[in-house]
Amino acid sequence: MVKKRENQDFVLSLLQERKGDAMYDGGKIIPGLVIFVGLMTYPIWSGNAGTTPKPVKPTGHEKCVKHKEFMRTSHMVLLNEWRDEVVRDGNREQIHIGDKVYDKSLQNGCMHCHTSKKKFCDECHNYTAVKPYCWECHIQPKETI
Amino acid sequence: MIEKALKGSSLYWTWICVLLGIMGIGAFCYVQQYNYGLGYTGMSRDVSWGLYISQFTFLVGVAAGGVMVVLPYYIHDYKTFGRITILGEFLAIASVAMCLMFIMADLGQPLRALNVLLHPTLNSMLFWDMIVLNGYLALNIIVGTVVLQAEYKGTSPPAWYKPFAYLSIPWAISIHTVTAFLYCGLPGRHFWLTAILAPRFLASAFAAGPALLLFIALILKRTTKFDIGKEAQNKLVTIITYAAILNFFFLGLEFFVGYYSNLPGHMHTLDYLFWGLHGYDQLVPFMRFSLFLGAVALVVLFTPQLKKNDKTLGVGLVCLFFALWIDKGLGLVLGGFVPNPLEYVTEYTPSLGEMCITLAVWATGFLILTLLYKIAISVKLEKELP
Amino acid sequence: MDKKRRDFLKIAGLSAIAGVAAPTALNTLFKGEVIASDHGGGHGAEPQGQGHAKIEVPTGKRFGMVIDVNKFHRYEGLAEKCTNACHSIHNVPKFTDPKVELKWIWKEPYEHAFTEHSHYKKNDELHNMPFMVMCNHCDAAPCVRVCPTQATFKNKDGMVLMDFHRCIGCRFCMAACPYGSRSFNWSDPRGKDKDGKPLIAKENTKFPTRTRGVVEKCNFCAERIAVGQEPACVEACGATKAMIFGDLNDAHSEISQVLKKQYTIQRKPALGTKPSVFYII
Repeated sequence: MVKKRENQDFVLSLLQERKGDAMYDGGKIIPGLVIFVGLMTYPIWSGNAGTTPKPVKPTGHEKCVKHKEFMRTSHMVLLNEWRDEVVRDGNREQIHIGDKVYDKSLQNGCMHCHTSKKKFCDECHNYTAVKPYCWECHIQPKETI
Repeated sequence: MIEKALKGSSLYWTWICVLLGIMGIGAFCYVQQYNYGLGYTGMSRDVSWGLYISQFTFLVGVAAGGVMVVLPYYIHDYKTFGRITILGEFLAIASVAMCLMFIMADLGQPLRALNVLLHPTLNSMLFWDMIVLNGYLALNIIVGTVVLQAEYKGTSPPAWYKPFAYLSIPWAISIHTVTAFLYCGLPGRHFWLTAILAPRFLASAFAAGPALLLFIALILKRTTKFDIGKEAQNKLVTIITYAAILNFFFLGLEFFVGYYSNLPGHMHTLDYLFWGLHGYDQLVPFMRFSLFLGAVALVVLFTPQLKKNDKTLGVGLVCLFFALWIDKGLGLVLGGFVPNPLEYVTEYTPSLGEMCITLAVWATGFLILTLLYKIAISVKLEKELP
Repeated sequence: MDKKRRDFLKIAGLSAIAGVAAPTALNTLFKGEVIASDHGGGHGAEPQGQGHAKIEVPTGKRFGMVIDVNKFHRYEGLAEKCTNACHSIHNVPKFTDPKVELKWIWKEPYEHAFTEHSHYKKNDELHNMPFMVMCNHCDAAPCVRVCPTQATFKNKDGMVLMDFHRCIGCRFCMAACPYGSRSFNWSDPRGKDKDGKPLIAKENTKFPTRTRGVVEKCNFCAERIAVGQEPACVEACGATKAMIFGDLNDAHSEISQVLKKQYTIQRKPALGTKPSVFYII
């Protein structure tokens, strides 16, 4: 009990001495906080989250290696799995979907159907403000336009 | 307690500003290095580690050297070191912080540093070095702050801190042993491939760390009312002397093994460092100067009149510190890469930006040290002198 | 007094017997076999009596290479052809400054390729021969041992590979490699040289480039072997048969047959790294 008390004293001493319970400048701090929180959450409650991205789907291919919802949220997980299987375990077993065969590869697989990085990858990545550095090493397909 | 660092003389604030200035220049250079790649430095495919890793290696020693005051105080209950033990612990904190910064500065992909934790690799000495360095940092922060806090509050420190203090002693030995293991376990690098590398590292650490500590203590004695005491000073001089002798003895052993056995691999780097190899001799003046400084230091440490006078003692300590800095902070790491595995000689000259970053890391270390010492000394003086 | 001495001798004798017998007993216990002087083929192609070579039953594949230096000497330009084939297929940038150069396979004179061999009174021809040097894909690779993230690792076929995604650029592997076979990307490999020409003249779009800050080296063309092709350098040698690639653990492979007939040497065998690249001189 005595120790706890001492610790509290120490913490208080760090915060420097304050007399009484009154908050200094409360009249400025509280409205300030309200404005700050309001601005920060504006995109959520205003209902304006920008225009939803519309990545261009490949033509001539009906199905991806996984269903749309999975790919939308977890394609990076799949890519990481493929990377470890191909690079580390030497498991290059191809994926058969219908009568089509796909390589487990970003550069030599995915991008053979999704032929434009700009119209496919960048659409969502820009929207969600993520910057994966895949293309610092992997060579992106030539953009046709 | 922390507020003690916010009150100081104009000299104190000038010193802080100088350090911040150097840090600013270094930060600017680091941004350039980050954007360009490590080609910004003078390193090459043959000398693939440079100033950063050599400073890291040296500073692990300075951090471990603090144990030379911690050990007598805690294990032998040598109360005379009471005032300097906290300085030793805080020196360790600042040194390990510098080590970690040098490692980060040296990484080609610093953002991936946590891969070391994500894919722990028990057979890699670098993994263990990461463990022991961070552990040592934590131990010193715990012990140092708990003891000082208690003193600040005028109570005795809680009993639970003692095991941490004891643990920090073998841990100090481990940080420098594991750092030596980074080098001495590589089959193709003859200069490093020596079982005596860890003992050599420890001997130089136990000389360089306390030498820096005592030098700072001498400055504090002149500039503040903080005096570690005559007896502590004399004892520290003895410790430094023995460690320095051991260090030079070990260096001599390397010379004997290399030149008496006449094994080319063992002689090449010694040739390069002290005489020059195939006409490449950039480090020769440094290494010879290091021997000269070491000799001057030993003369001071052995002459009663010189070691009893604070001014000459200070000169001796600075000589010793720089002798060991050149030997380990330059020669050991850079020399190990010459000749390269195909027996070509490539020399290394750090780039200007690389030197600025190196200086900035040192400045950051000294800033941490200054703040910690300011707090410690203010607390000690306040409590001890009415 | 006398009794004590007798006791001492008894104990000493017993411990000596135990000392001699224990390792054999323990080996039998843990490995289910007695080792010693049994011929088991060792590491496939491991020369007997090399350092502390243990005798192990080979498991799985161990890819290796035989380089016939005479043929490289005979066919002028073959060395450069190999280097170019490898470097263009793997998008290795061409830095002109030797300090920051990247190379996977290149030629060296005898003195530099075989630093631990005698150079005294050797035939003139030897000094003019081009020795192709590259990663030795060591069986006991020091680079793999020191890597803190397993970014460099040995795969199931005995190839020492790099996972460029994982490399943190600490360059511990470069300090550890006794053959100088590793290169670091000191700056962006996709950059341009002084004359404004791209460092990678023509990108191979089937293979990635690297990014700055990672280490790279010969990968024994793991990506080509996987799809049934030969390594690029072996393919470049073509019918000259200056380079032979194959499984050292398969007694019937071409490489094993060549090694059985020809005297070969390896680089720095005394270091115990067990290189998988052999040279016919």
